[in-house]
Amino acid sequence: MKWARLASIVFLAVVTVVCLLANVVAPDSYAHQFRDVPDAAPSHQHLLGTDDLGRDRFSRLLFGTRVSLLLAPAAALLASVLAAMIGGVAGFAGGWVQGGVMAVTDLFLSMPWLFLLITVRALLPLNVSPLTSVAITFALLGCLGWATAARVVCANARTLRNSDFILLAQASGCSGFRLLIRHLIPNLMPVLYAQFWISIPVFILTEANLGILGLGVAEPLPSWGSLLRELEGFSTLSAQPWQFVPLILLILTVSCFHVATQKLEDWA
Amino acid sequence: MRRRRFISAVLALGMLGAALAGAQPGSQLRFCIGTDPKTLNPLLADDEAAGAVRYLTGGVLVRLNRLTQQLEPELASSWKVSRDGASISFTLRPNLRFSDGAPFSADDVAYTIERLMDPALHSPTGDAFRSGAGKVRTSVAGKNQITITFPAPIVGLDKLFDQVAIMSARSPLKELAVLGPYYVAENKAGSYLLLKRNPNYRRRDAAGHMLPHIDSVRLDIQQNRDIELLRLERGEIDFINSLSADNYDQLANKDGKLAIDAGVGLDAEQMWFNQVPNSPLPDYKKAWFTSANFRRAISESINRQDLARVVFRGHARPAVSWISPANKFWFNAKLTAHPFDPQGALALLARDGFHRQNGKLYDRTGRLVEFSVITNSGNKARERMATMIQQDLDEIGVTLNVVTLDFPSLIERITRTFNYEACLLGFVNNDLDPDSQMTVWLSSAEDHAWNPSQKSPATAWEAEIDALMHAQASEMDPAKRKKAIDRVQEIVWQQEPFIYLVNKDVLSAVSPALRNVHPVVLQPQIYWNIEQLSKGNEAAKGR
Repeated sequence: MKWARLASIVFLAVVTVVCLLANVVAPDSYAHQFRDVPDAAPSHQHLLGTDDLGRDRFSRLLFGTRVSLLLAPAAALLASVLAAMIGGVAGFAGGWVQGGVMAVTDLFLSMPWLFLLITVRALLPLNVSPLTSVAITFALLGCLGWATAARVVCANARTLRNSDFILLAQASGCSGFRLLIRHLIPNLMPVLYAQFWISIPVFILTEANLGILGLGVAEPLPSWGSLLRELEGFSTLSAQPWQFVPLILLILTVSCFHVATQKLEDWA
Repeated sequence: MRRRRFISAVLALGMLGAALAGAQPGSQLRFCIGTDPKTLNPLLADDEAAGAVRYLTGGVLVRLNRLTQQLEPELASSWKVSRDGASISFTLRPNLRFSDGAPFSADDVAYTIERLMDPALHSPTGDAFRSGAGKVRTSVAGKNQITITFPAPIVGLDKLFDQVAIMSARSPLKELAVLGPYYVAENKAGSYLLLKRNPNYRRRDAAGHMLPHIDSVRLDIQQNRDIELLRLERGEIDFINSLSADNYDQLANKDGKLAIDAGVGLDAEQMWFNQVPNSPLPDYKKAWFTSANFRRAISESINRQDLARVVFRGHARPAVSWISPANKFWFNAKLTAHPFDPQGALALLARDGFHRQNGKLYDRTGRLVEFSVITNSGNKARERMATMIQQDLDEIGVTLNVVTLDFPSLIERITRTFNYEACLLGFVNNDLDPDSQMTVWLSSAEDHAWNPSQKSPATAWEAEIDALMHAQASEMDPAKRKKAIDRVQEIVWQQEPFIYLVNKDVLSAVSPALRNVHPVVLQPQIYWNIEQLSKGNEAAKGR
C-alpha cells in the first residue's frame, strides 16, 4: 500500500501545482462567455468544450479546482482548531463541563447540516464579491464542521488527562491553562492532523452539494460544486461525456486524500 | 333466411365500425402531472394538477377557445352581460345530464354559484368574482334560464366563467358528478389518476360520433422531468405539456417530430430594482434605483437577444411589455423591445452624473456602481440569465453580484424585509385580461413589487397608472379599456419599473401517434381540444 500512498500524494501534488498555476495554464478567463459557441464539443480552442454560456470548461475546471483545493483545507484547519479548543477543554475539564459540551456537540451533529447552511447562507449580506462569497461559504463549513472532530479530540483528551505525565505535571504545580497548552494539545496533534486531513474531502463534497443546490460559490467564480451542477441534466450526458471530467477529478482527488491519509485515520 | 342474417351481420359490423371510428374503445391517453391534485373539488382547484383534472372533467357554461382566444358556448347556448357589467344571463342547453345520470338545470348553476361565493369555502376561482360588499344573487327562470347579479361591475365577467365547473345540486356524488368529457374513475394517491369517458357528455363530432374520441385518460404522478422525458421517448406517455428549452433541444436533436414550439407564450422573465423608501439600502443606492435614467441604462445594457438565444436556445423573444405579444388583443403593438445599446446606456447615465474611470462606473459622488441581484436557486435559466447580465453590465463598468437564494428566503426579502437591491424572477400569467394584474400595477397593491403597498403614489407616473387601471376596471367598452391598457404599457416601457427581459416560447412534446394536436400558448397547451384528440399508429398523421 506504500506505493498507492505515494501515487496519491504525487497526484495531489500535481493537481495542486497545476491549479495554483491556473492563471498561466488556463487558455481563457473562467468568466468569459463565448456566446457564439455555447455547449461546444472539445476542440483546439476549448479542450473540454464550453459550458451552457460558452465559457471554456478547461479553464473553469482549473480555477474551480484551485478554489476547492485551497479553501477546503482552510475550512478544515478552522474546523480542527475549533475542535481542538472545544473538545480539548471538554475532555480536560471532565465532569459537567464535558457533559455540557458533548451535549451541545451531539445537538450540532444531529442538526440537518444542509438546511442549516442554507439558512445561514440566506442571512448573509448580499452585496459581496464572488471571492468573498467563496470565502464565506468555506468559513461557514469550517465553523459548522467541528463537531465530529471535537468528539474524537474530547475522547483522546480524557484518556490523556489520566495519563502519568499529566498527573506528574499537576503534582508539580502546573496550572490548568499551562497543562492544556503545553502538555495536552501537543499530545493531541496526531489526532488533530488526522481530523484535518479527513475533513478536507468532506468539505469539498459539502461545497459540491451546496453548489448543486445553487447555493455555493457565487457566479462567475467556478468551484467543483458549480461544475458538478452541469451533471444535473443526466439525459444529456451520454451525448457530452466530457462533462464527467470534473466528477472524475473530484472522485480521484477525494480517493487520493483517503489513501494518503489512511494511516492518520487509524490514529483517529 | 341466410340472406337476412347476412344483412344483419353487415349492419351490425357497420354500426360497430361507426362506434369504433368515433369513440376508439380501449384507447388511452397518458401524460404526467408533477404532483397529486390537492383537491378534486373544481371550485377549490388552485394547483396545476387540480387545474388539469378540472379542465378534463368540468363542464363550464362558456369556454375560452385557446386557439382563437374567443369565448364559445358550452353548457350555455347563449349569454348576455348587462350594460353595467354587474350581471350576466345564461340560456342553458336543454336535456343535458351529469356523468352519473343526474339531470342538469339552472338550479345546478345557482347551486354552483352559491358554493363558489361561500366565504367559508375560500374558493380561489370565486375570488375573481368578488367585486364588492354585498351578496351575489341568482335568479332562476324555468329550467334553462338563469341570471347572476354581482354587487358591483366586473370587467371581463363572461370570461371568468371559463374556470367555473358546474356542480350538481342533487347528485350524491357531488363534485365527482361532472358535465365535462371525462369523469374521475380511479385515484391512486402518489401514483395515478384514471379518467374515463363521460357517457352523458353532450358533444358529438360532425359525423355524429360520440366525443371525446379517446376512451380514458391516465395522469401519472411524476415529479422528475428527466424521467418524464425518458417515458415519452419510450412511448409510455403521449405528450409533455410544457418543456424546458434544454429538454426541448435534447428531444429535437434525437427526434424532431416529437418536439413542438408553439411560439411565444404569456410568461415573462423580468428584473426590478428595490425602490422601497424605507428599505435598509443606503440613500445613494436608493437614488440610483429611483432614477428612470439609471433603470433604462441598465435595461439598454442587457443583450436580450443573447439571453433568448443562449439561455433559452432561441426559444424565447426579447420582451417588450408586461403584456406578451401572445396576448393578441391586449398587447400594444406600437412598442418594440429596448435595444442593446451600451453607448446609449452610458449617455443616459451621464445625464445623472455617472462617469467611467479605469473601466469602472462611478456615481456623481464618486461611489463605485455595484449592486446585487437575487434570484431563486435551482432555476438554471434564471441563474444563467443573471450571469449573462453580469457580463453585459461589466461592459459599462457596473459590478453585479449574483446571489441565489432558496425561494422562501427570497420571498421574505422582497415582500417583508425589503433587504435586497435587485431581483430577477418570472411572473406566470394564465389570464389574458390585464385586469387580473391590478394587484401588480396599483401602487397600493401588495404585489407592486418595486415599491408595494404605497399609501399614495410615490411618483406621477405611478399615479397615472393607478388612474388608468381604475378607469379600465370600470369601463365595459373593450376599445376604451384597450386604450387605457396601451397607455399603461407605454408608461411602463418608458419608466421600466420592471425591466422585461424575455418572453419564453411554449414548448411541448407530443407522440406522433396522437392526432389532431394543435398546440397553443394558453394552458393547457396540448389537450385544450381534448375531445378532438385521437390516437393512431401511423406516425404524425393528422398533425
